[in-house]
Amino acid sequence: MNDSGINTQVTIALAGNPNAGKTTLFNSLTGLKQKVANYPGVTVERKEGAWRLNDKAANLIDLPGLYSLDATSLDEHIARDVITGEQSGMPKPDAIVAVVDATNLERNLYLVMQLFEFGVPVVIALTMIDVFEKQKHEIDVEMLSTLLKTPVVAINAKSGRGKDELAAKVKEVLHTTPVVPYVFDESDDEAGPHGKIFSRYNFISGVVQESVWHSDQKQHRLSEKIDRVLTHKFFGLVILVAILLIVFQTIFSWASLPMDLLEKGFGSLADLVRAALPAGILTDLLTDGIIAGVGGVVVFLPQILLLFFFISLLEDSGYMSRAAFLLDKLMSRVGLHGKAFLPLISSFACAIPGIMATRTIESRRDRFATIMIAPFMSCSARLPVYTLMIAAFFAGQTVLGFISVGALLMLAMYALGIIVAIGVGFILKRTILKAPPPPFLMELPPYRLPNLRTVFQNMLTRAFLFLKRAGTVILAISIILWALMYFPRHSEPPVVAGGSTLSTEFVDGSVQPPAIAGGSDSEQLKHSFAGQLGHLIEPVIQPLGFDWKIGVALIASFAAREVLVSTLSIIYNVGKDENEESETLISAVRDAKTDDGKPAWTPLTALTLMVFFVLAMQCMSTIAVVRRETNSWSWPLFMVGYMTVLAYVGALITYQGGKALGFG
Amino acid sequence: MEMRSDDNLTLTNLPFGRDARVTAVNGTGRVTRRLMEMGVIPGVAVQVVKTAPFGDPMEIRVRGYSLAMRKNEADAIEVSL
Repeated sequence: MNDSGINTQVTIALAGNPNAGKTTLFNSLTGLKQKVANYPGVTVERKEGAWRLNDKAANLIDLPGLYSLDATSLDEHIARDVITGEQSGMPKPDAIVAVVDATNLERNLYLVMQLFEFGVPVVIALTMIDVFEKQKHEIDVEMLSTLLKTPVVAINAKSGRGKDELAAKVKEVLHTTPVVPYVFDESDDEAGPHGKIFSRYNFISGVVQESVWHSDQKQHRLSEKIDRVLTHKFFGLVILVAILLIVFQTIFSWASLPMDLLEKGFGSLADLVRAALPAGILTDLLTDGIIAGVGGVVVFLPQILLLFFFISLLEDSGYMSRAAFLLDKLMSRVGLHGKAFLPLISSFACAIPGIMATRTIESRRDRFATIMIAPFMSCSARLPVYTLMIAAFFAGQTVLGFISVGALLMLAMYALGIIVAIGVGFILKRTILKAPPPPFLMELPPYRLPNLRTVFQNMLTRAFLFLKRAGTVILAISIILWALMYFPRHSEPPVVAGGSTLSTEFVDGSVQPPAIAGGSDSEQLKHSFAGQLGHLIEPVIQPLGFDWKIGVALIASFAAREVLVSTLSIIYNVGKDENEESETLISAVRDAKTDDGKPAWTPLTALTLMVFFVLAMQCMSTIAVVRRETNSWSWPLFMVGYMTVLAYVGALITYQGGKALGFG
Repeated sequence: MEMRSDDNLTLTNLPFGRDARVTAVNGTGRVTRRLMEMGVIPGVAVQVVKTAPFGDPMEIRVRGYSLAMRKNEADAIEVSL
């Protein structure tokens, strides 16, 4: 064990086509010892892990899935830099393990041809060989190895077959000079711009012809039979809708229990801290700022885990690309890629996993356009707001005697979000994110049983990234927000024994505005910086029909939408146990008066507020995730900016238009 | 399906399931290059499998795998039977 010095650290790159089984092999070789980060300055994911090469510990770098290395896409550019050692902070790899799908040999070998040209020793890991042989084809691995002048190891990541042999072969090739198995004809470059592509494929065709025996071609078309149903012109769409319904129904029903438990858990934790520590600013900061803030993020975790469980399942099975295939035509009318569909649908649950799911879209501009419009999908955090407004002002009303106004309004809010998203997407794709219609070249991989280990690992990685990055930003913002509502102190904090009167309950994991020991919460809020801000913005929101109290609630809800409900309860001094269905809050909102004694709310104000909530970017978790996914502050700031303008204009039109028509 | 003269035949007007051979991949841009890197080069055998419900994109089979592309891209690929 004397070879563990820095000089003997071996770096190995794992390269391969998408769908070739690269991730499964990576997980199988490294186990749980993985690090996931981004390459500096870009959003391409950088995955590394430790691989035991017998006595040597090697650093295995999982390159992004690639079809070629000609640096036409960001992924390819990064992969190329890593292989040539030009990626800053990463040593040039000592060897490359090329993952090659045996069922798709010709196209997979194309990338290998390019890998040969970098002068780094290559070992080929041949995956899916069990599938290939089941289809009654035969492959002569030794012949393949001889013709390619490169070690070839048949691998089965699930059973572990070939893992040791792969390690042994990699050790053998370290510090050897690789042999390029074919000679480039100098005239290749002169044979037009695509001469090299021709000669690579020509060589591959020869190799495959000599090492593979295909049985009757018709035998291996199980995928085609499945496809006849799943991409059927009619049934394909029906099945797609059914799958989405099942997924979202499951997410909502399965996530609600753990979400409740997390909420209660953080609530109890805050109570515990309050009971254990002396009352004071530090305790308030801990409970109302930090525990509530972090709790507000963690509470989304069950939804995120479940959504990514299903996304991985759909992706791993091969269905995801069929969904994109089915819907590309519809999406391209808006200027988006077929793959944008799922992230947008996911955003109806929560924009955060939706935005994280845009990683499957290769084109940066398409991806950013999708991210920019995802928050218009009415997420679950808007529901408490819609529910409160409808319950307070439209309950029991019907149109034509049987259609409930509440249901119609709810539907209208969802529709408004979708219509605005389409409009904004259309404009973005023709202005700042302008790009030629995105080329749609997408492999439809054969259907495969998902590898549960890959699915779970993917799920955990996403969850970890979400907690780590979003958590830090959210923590900071919740402390700021807490301070805005806590300072300056209106009354001396009296010493109160225990904390039984203190509100530590969250509404849907929101950041709870601070409750003040003794004194009146609403008095404190009125004199706090947040309250002063409410007064400050009153002239701006008056044209929308909002008074300063609604202004305070609006400001607070920029942390998270559902905070509006709890903030309104504090402002209107409603009892501690309120939630969005609470009768007292509903009647308090109905009876609320502005400072000059007029009713603060009318049905028109309620409608205006709902429109504002459809269009405004009021979710710091989303902002943090957009910051992470776009790797810049300008995109999230742009998002907040244009959405706030849209929300203001939309609300203004609603209120002033409504007034002109004689409502309100 | 009515067939036009052979030199006009592209992937978009090739009947489903008919075996054909690529004769030319027109264009010079990134998409053309990517098409060729994915194995769609003159001389290779192709088949159109189907189109999506709204008529676009379409699925072709080449070098033993399935590739989806829009008609826009498919129009640049000339084939002969």
